[in-house]
Amino acid sequence: MSLTFTLDGKSIPFAEGQTIIQAAQAAGVFIPHLCYHPEFKPHGSCKLCTVKVNGRHTASCTMRAAAGMVVESETEEINAERRALTQMLFVEGNHFCPSCEQSGNCQLQATAYHLGMMSPHYDHFFPNRAVDASHPDFLLDFNRCILCSLCVRASRDVDGKNVFALSGRGIKTHLIVNARSGQLGDTDFTPADKAAQVCPVGVILRKRRGFAVPIGERQYDKAPISETANDNC
Amino acid sequence: MALDAMHAEAVAGVVDRVVARYRRDPANMVQILREIQEDCDWIPPEAIDRLQATLGVPRTKIEGVAGFYAFFYTQPRGKYRVLFSDNITDRMLGNKAMMDRLCNNLWVERGKVSEDGLVSVAQTACTGLCDQGPALLVNNLAIGGLTAERIDYIAELIRGKVPLADWPAEFFQVADNIRRADILLTADFEPGAALLAARARAPDQGLLASNMRSWREGLPSGIGGPAATLDEIKRANLRGRGGAGFTTGLKWEACRNAPLKAGQQRIVVCNADEGEPGTFKDRVLLSTFPDLVFEGMTVAAYAVGATRGFVYLRGEYRYLLDGLNAVLARRRREKLLGHDILDIPGADFDIEIHVGAGAYVCGEESALIESLEGKRGTPRNRPPFPVTNGYLDQPTIVNNVETFAAAALIALNGGEWYAGIGTRQSAGTKILSVSGDCEWPGLYEYPFGVSVRQVLADCGAVDTQAVQVSGPSGICVAADEFDRIIGFEDIPTAGAFTVFNQTRDMFQVARNYVHFFQHESCGFCTPCRVGTSLLKNLMDKLHRGAGSPYDFAEIEKLNQLLQSMSHCGLGHTACNPVLDTIAKFRPYYDKRMMQKDFTPAFDLDRALGAARQMTGRDDPHAHLATEHGGQA
Amino acid sequence: MKKKLKVATTSLAGCFGCHMSFLDIDERLFTLLEHIEFDRSPLTDIKHCSPDCDIGIVEGGLCNAENVHVLREFRQNCKVLIAIGACAINGGLPAQRNHLPLTTILEEVYHTSPGLKNGMIPNDPELPLPLDQVHPIHEVVKVDYFIPGCPPSGDAIWKVLTDLLAGKEPELGHGLMHYD
Repeated sequence: MSLTFTLDGKSIPFAEGQTIIQAAQAAGVFIPHLCYHPEFKPHGSCKLCTVKVNGRHTASCTMRAAAGMVVESETEEINAERRALTQMLFVEGNHFCPSCEQSGNCQLQATAYHLGMMSPHYDHFFPNRAVDASHPDFLLDFNRCILCSLCVRASRDVDGKNVFALSGRGIKTHLIVNARSGQLGDTDFTPADKAAQVCPVGVILRKRRGFAVPIGERQYDKAPISETANDNC
Repeated sequence: MALDAMHAEAVAGVVDRVVARYRRDPANMVQILREIQEDCDWIPPEAIDRLQATLGVPRTKIEGVAGFYAFFYTQPRGKYRVLFSDNITDRMLGNKAMMDRLCNNLWVERGKVSEDGLVSVAQTACTGLCDQGPALLVNNLAIGGLTAERIDYIAELIRGKVPLADWPAEFFQVADNIRRADILLTADFEPGAALLAARARAPDQGLLASNMRSWREGLPSGIGGPAATLDEIKRANLRGRGGAGFTTGLKWEACRNAPLKAGQQRIVVCNADEGEPGTFKDRVLLSTFPDLVFEGMTVAAYAVGATRGFVYLRGEYRYLLDGLNAVLARRRREKLLGHDILDIPGADFDIEIHVGAGAYVCGEESALIESLEGKRGTPRNRPPFPVTNGYLDQPTIVNNVETFAAAALIALNGGEWYAGIGTRQSAGTKILSVSGDCEWPGLYEYPFGVSVRQVLADCGAVDTQAVQVSGPSGICVAADEFDRIIGFEDIPTAGAFTVFNQTRDMFQVARNYVHFFQHESCGFCTPCRVGTSLLKNLMDKLHRGAGSPYDFAEIEKLNQLLQSMSHCGLGHTACNPVLDTIAKFRPYYDKRMMQKDFTPAFDLDRALGAARQMTGRDDPHAHLATEHGGQA
Repeated sequence: MKKKLKVATTSLAGCFGCHMSFLDIDERLFTLLEHIEFDRSPLTDIKHCSPDCDIGIVEGGLCNAENVHVLREFRQNCKVLIAIGACAINGGLPAQRNHLPLTTILEEVYHTSPGLKNGMIPNDPELPLPLDQVHPIHEVVKVDYFIPGCPPSGDAIWKVLTDLLAGKEPELGHGLMHYD
């Protein structure tokens, strides 16, 4: 007997142990997300993938699917909440898309498009965050960090290096690198690292590659994230 | 040898001693960092170098932990580190004047280190001395009852570099202030009595909850006591005293029934991270009734088949550590802890104390477990729950100090006795930590069902405007609700009972609490990390007199978002004090909404200040009026 | 015939790129002009808003006192206020000075940068003083609608304006919605 739950009225099959978002993606249904990545242990921190399960809010990346669950995702209420979270991420950091190398390929930006975010709404924090250009091949622009910890997980779980970690607390939480100097150039980070590939925004940037793809041909120029997420994740 | 090298060597010596004491186990990282700091006054980079080398743990992990806890310093602080408690009760007792006085006396700026590196003065969240504030911590030692004279004396001692051990002993005396005692606070308890009673319970009394499979794993067969003890806990209808009120018997049973993988054991954790502002009952239970608490933990271990126990003691109560360790040592000598407890073969259980380092969120059980494992105190994703996957992925129960104390008495006197106290839904007694505007602040233990009005009468409160029950995450009770009762069926509480008389500005109460949540948000999830900061900014804007109905609407929207999207209870409840005070004390807000129209997020004229200063201008064009920016 | 809507436009701390993009509406401007007339705008050179403007379109963020005055004039005289472009919406390129103290910036520009001799910070009362940080306009006045983009395309501007004229909540779908 196959197991199913309903997502916005549609019956979604799932295998024992799958999370809601895994089952939804397998069925071709997009649920917005930033810190979730199918190759890594779910983190559950960005909360963009929040859905309502039997009327209660829960993160779909950490909640296991269960037979008969009634899940709501694409409702006006939930999308408004997701939009507000996206706006929070925009004002928390310094996100100046026009001068960002990742623009057009950025999941935060594409998710904001998907959610119809016309403005950041809140008052900006304009935090003072550094840029680290010490590595020969990579640049770290912490202004854009959304603390999703994908690089942390990739470096720890795949690369076995622990190049990245989160430090600080609350609104002062920030990304650090594994060197006494605090500089990426003093770590064993290499272009071959998985952690070099996973940043959903424009923090971990390959040097000398900026703006390589012309506007109009970048990933999310071609198709919205809701249609591409299942291909690349 | 160069000075740097000597310093590095000295630090390495400290690190090696501490690391050895903690069996080179990185799961003790929080304890290791704490002890290093106690020796070095901060956590210097050389210490992290050495830790990295000796523990084989990446630097990122060590720095991640060190950066999380408010009491860990990765920048040099003073030799004397003074932290003023900044709970609302401290404010009401004039802590700000005390802090200013000390800063002036010592020529040090608030939040900074004095130029000679001798002293730093800053603020911290409630230190659990609300009944004897204003209070401060100096290098983890608590001093309450601050007066101008005492402050001047302290300044003199610091200037004279007098070691803390030579400061007047009465400075560090913390009073119990037990004003009303019931079964717990009068317990004339013979250590071991509850365990003997538990053991004596006949096996056939325990069939209700018995699960032969699991207790055989944890404790030797042939003893029916464990299951019978669990039955008593269930019969007592004991519910958790940390505020959430989960049924203790069910929690214990789930842990007891959780399968163990090879090499695993069950764990009992006592949550003594009493961080909710206004709560201080655990301080007294631990300092005056430690045997009751430890015995309750041992009863729990006996009932669930656990072999290892922890007390997670909040960093603010560091000064209780030595006394508690002495009690544990005595209990080991008396065969109440260790191997073959009370000569029951195989009954092995011991307790170690971990000290927190200034993180309210670690009161959340899964964050507490993370911290026990030596990590950043961020709440876990649940399920799975700690009862099946807790400390180092082992079945774990986490209960409040008061819950364990009650469990010891239940083991001794039986569940029926306990269930007969209090109300039908809320069995037993509750210890209230009463502070604020009243004649006799301190501990009041009542059977559940006592009215707010009764407590107010007993503590000598007059002209009471409001009571904040269970701290900032609890509820604010107004005068027309004083007949409501303390109990799970009406007002559940972790114990704080903060009284505000008619002279108090309830907006400032809420604002103080909002600042608290903003400071204590762990930063893991987006809504709480950013939302508590947005909320703080809005409350500060109202405080400046720049608020408008737009800001009000924003506060209400933020509240909804925090409640629905946050990862844990901290975010869910962060807006409570604002919502309650808006609903019940609206005039304090109206008074501040000077603006009826949309207002700027920041002070425009002040934003020109730097330019005025650089150009030397002060003409009318060099200023901006704070006029409204609303719709025409 | 229905009365034409009065539209005012301005550029604060912006580059006029959004205004240029506005002109990219091209021949549809004629259609638009059947419904609207321009009031204060760089296109008309009218210096102040009429008190009965229907729509105000503001490009650029707030970097100095004059920007604030102009923005307030727009808010007071326009029934509907629209922020257009990245700078109006989040400060944009000018806001990338925000991590530097204003004193450092003025020192650098007028005192210490190479080639300067006896430089002084201009202090003529005619000159607007800079704010310590650049802010998006919604932090100072209530803004009703936003058209993101750097600049938004002519099509995006057209879409928002025609949605509004039709009495609909403006919406930009894929391709029209972009922040760069």
